[in-house]
Amino acid sequence: MVNHDILIVGGGLTGLRAAVGLCDAFDVGLVSKVYPTRSHSIAAQGGINAPLTNNPDSRDDSWEKHTFDTVKGSDYLADQDAAELMCREAAPIVYEMEHWGCPFSRFPDGTIAQRPFGGAGYPRTCYSADITGHVLLNTLYERAVAKGVKIYPEWFVTSLCIEEGQCHGVVVLDIRTGELIPVRAGVTFFGTGGYGRVFQHSTNALINTGSGIGMAYTAGAPLKDMEFVQFHPTCLIGTNILMTEGCRGEGAYLVNNRGERFMQKYAPTAMELAPRDIVSRCIQTEINEGRGFEHPLGKYIQLDLRHLGEKKILERLPGIRQISIDFIGIDPVLEPIPIMPAQHYSMGGIDVDKRCASEVRGFYAGGECSCVSVHGANRLGGNSLLDTIVFGKLGSKAIAEDLEEGIPRAEEKPLLKLKDKVEATLRKLASPGKERPGLLQAELSAVMSEKVGIFRTREELEQGLQMVIEIKRRYRDVGVSSAARHMNYELTGAVELGYMIEVAHTIVLGAILREESRGSHFRLDFNTRNDTDWLKHTIARMGPDGDPAITFSEVAITRYEPKERKY
Amino acid sequence: MIKADTYTFKILRYDAKAPDTKPRFATYRISVIPGLTVLAVLLRIRDEVDGTLSFRCSCRSAVCGSCAMVINGKIDLACRTQVSAFNTDTIILEPLPNLEVIRDLVVDMTPFWQMYEKIKPYLIRKSPVPEREIPQSEEERLRIDQYVNCILCACCYGACPVLAREPEYIGPAAAAKLERFVLDSRDERPAAALDILNHEKGVWGCDTVFRCIDACPKDVRPTDAIVGLRKEIVKHRFRKMLGKVKDET
Repeated sequence: MVNHDILIVGGGLTGLRAAVGLCDAFDVGLVSKVYPTRSHSIAAQGGINAPLTNNPDSRDDSWEKHTFDTVKGSDYLADQDAAELMCREAAPIVYEMEHWGCPFSRFPDGTIAQRPFGGAGYPRTCYSADITGHVLLNTLYERAVAKGVKIYPEWFVTSLCIEEGQCHGVVVLDIRTGELIPVRAGVTFFGTGGYGRVFQHSTNALINTGSGIGMAYTAGAPLKDMEFVQFHPTCLIGTNILMTEGCRGEGAYLVNNRGERFMQKYAPTAMELAPRDIVSRCIQTEINEGRGFEHPLGKYIQLDLRHLGEKKILERLPGIRQISIDFIGIDPVLEPIPIMPAQHYSMGGIDVDKRCASEVRGFYAGGECSCVSVHGANRLGGNSLLDTIVFGKLGSKAIAEDLEEGIPRAEEKPLLKLKDKVEATLRKLASPGKERPGLLQAELSAVMSEKVGIFRTREELEQGLQMVIEIKRRYRDVGVSSAARHMNYELTGAVELGYMIEVAHTIVLGAILREESRGSHFRLDFNTRNDTDWLKHTIARMGPDGDPAITFSEVAITRYEPKERKY
Repeated sequence: MIKADTYTFKILRYDAKAPDTKPRFATYRISVIPGLTVLAVLLRIRDEVDGTLSFRCSCRSAVCGSCAMVINGKIDLACRTQVSAFNTDTIILEPLPNLEVIRDLVVDMTPFWQMYEKIKPYLIRKSPVPEREIPQSEEERLRIDQYVNCILCACCYGACPVLAREPEYIGPAAAAKLERFVLDSRDERPAAALDILNHEKGVWGCDTVFRCIDACPKDVRPTDAIVGLRKEIVKHRFRKMLGKVKDET
């Protein structure tokens, strides 16, 4: 048994920031299923929002305006006190990252460069070319190394241990040795990321299975707003690799097969820089109505950067250019990029308050795996990097405060019991079964992309629900090829699939129940927002029968009365 | 260029936990649609053909640095290598050299990370922290640009001929990381900090044959870093001889 005061799960921005904030005063261990720099934070491109007022066009920007944009972007489902907190912390957190060495791009006056982004009233997105996640994650990892944070790379958490309303730690499979290890901790903090791979078309890394969310849910912690799934408007066809919103921030056009900048019809003021939910629906509408382009990999819309010129593309969007060349054989200096919308971000997640605390004693979560909620029904571009670091920091502060009263006594017994259970599960997965985990996962993700996508109807959602339930039944027959535990990625994948199915179940059920259209959740059969009945969060708990039971909770409204969104 | 439907993948298999079984090539015949990457094929093999195959992957878009390996004799990331990029319908995959194999295409990255940690890979400041950002000009930012792009994939580490004969050599990635900080206008580490690489297992060990530059998937030039660090060390030595700096600790 490994023991720590505080166990952090996840080596992305949230987990590392929490660890850095706690390691001086407490005995902290950080567990990550990959080397931390492989975490999905690395893939964020466009930037991090903070009202620094460095851009000449943003001199009168403020945290209040940032909060308003965030709340409006969320289609008024964000908790306004939490959104305000995040936006107040934005400038300090960006300066802190800079002081720790983060190599942001610079304006000629030597200040941090800022570009326009979707749904934002001012150019407030701080960036480092188109590798902002890469530079932030490296900086925080460097900071963790400088502080000597105890990191366990390639430790895969199989289960979270909650008993009688208290968290005792986790059970880990050491990927390298194959050993099962209970890790006891007074406090467990999840920064385990989103569930993108529950969808077939996703920009997310292959490791983004949402297993942390599924684990928390299965162990008894509730989830919030799971039906809100962000589809990013501009993803490369085929691989669905992200083409940053920064492309449009720098001035790129979206063009249909008639050569029209069609956003003029839908969002005449914001044009290409309307929020993501809106732009994704516009692109999908253009494609559905026959104004897309044809390609063996699917129908698409053009993202045209050519008028920006070679110099600007090479300077501001070099990664985008390289990805386009490597993965689709197109140089955006010369040709438009073929794009389509794809799943990108999980607005919903583990239900926590603005201190990252869940209702379970000793269990906290932050970043994409959690739902505070600061993003409500639709997250603005540039707010996720912000969320990860801000709530990594605020979570660490809250934990430190809560531990002033003493470190909760985590028990060995429930952990050993859980370890036995995991042992049995792994044994069962390694016994012959007719379902291959990889193929069943492919089926699940195809169902989710097809039935729980950008445009939703009761009929399709009901079909999706039945299919997910059927896949859940078939999961009992999953068997992996080898009983060897070490470096057995088929085995870890099979464990994760179980959690992915649970996550999918909560998404589709939430989508069926929410009979309105708000932010990313668009119902063709209920195509307007309904504040009277639905200005509330969806809470999903695993019921005694193993199915999600849904309740609702209040949205915190402070200074911004819900209004219709116009861009 | 051959546009074969079916490709033969020969993958070097080995399990350090079963040392009696010698490394061997396993052969898989896979039909490939145009545009498929080596990583996509590896995933298909694991999902559909042979679940025991071990390899690392995460982002599948050449930014996380997980999937470095040897592909038809060339070190690269599996995720950004098109199957059709070779003038043959046989693709041979081997683990990254200069690191111990744990299983199949997975190598033990521990030495790589130890070298990384050794050079103090973080910004060191002595001046008080300003309220806002530490100013940095566009030119100063540009100076560190290529090193900032490093994704720590260890392609350079696998390609380095010095590491092949001297496992304690610091390697290209760690040197490039140190240069990233030395060149950063905000960094205030003392010149003596370079002593950490001022020996034959540090920057003086490099053969300057540029294999690391060829292998880097992100156009980083670690040899530039090594040459830059050598110059900096020599410069510091002269300044010391001329009595222009006091010994720093």
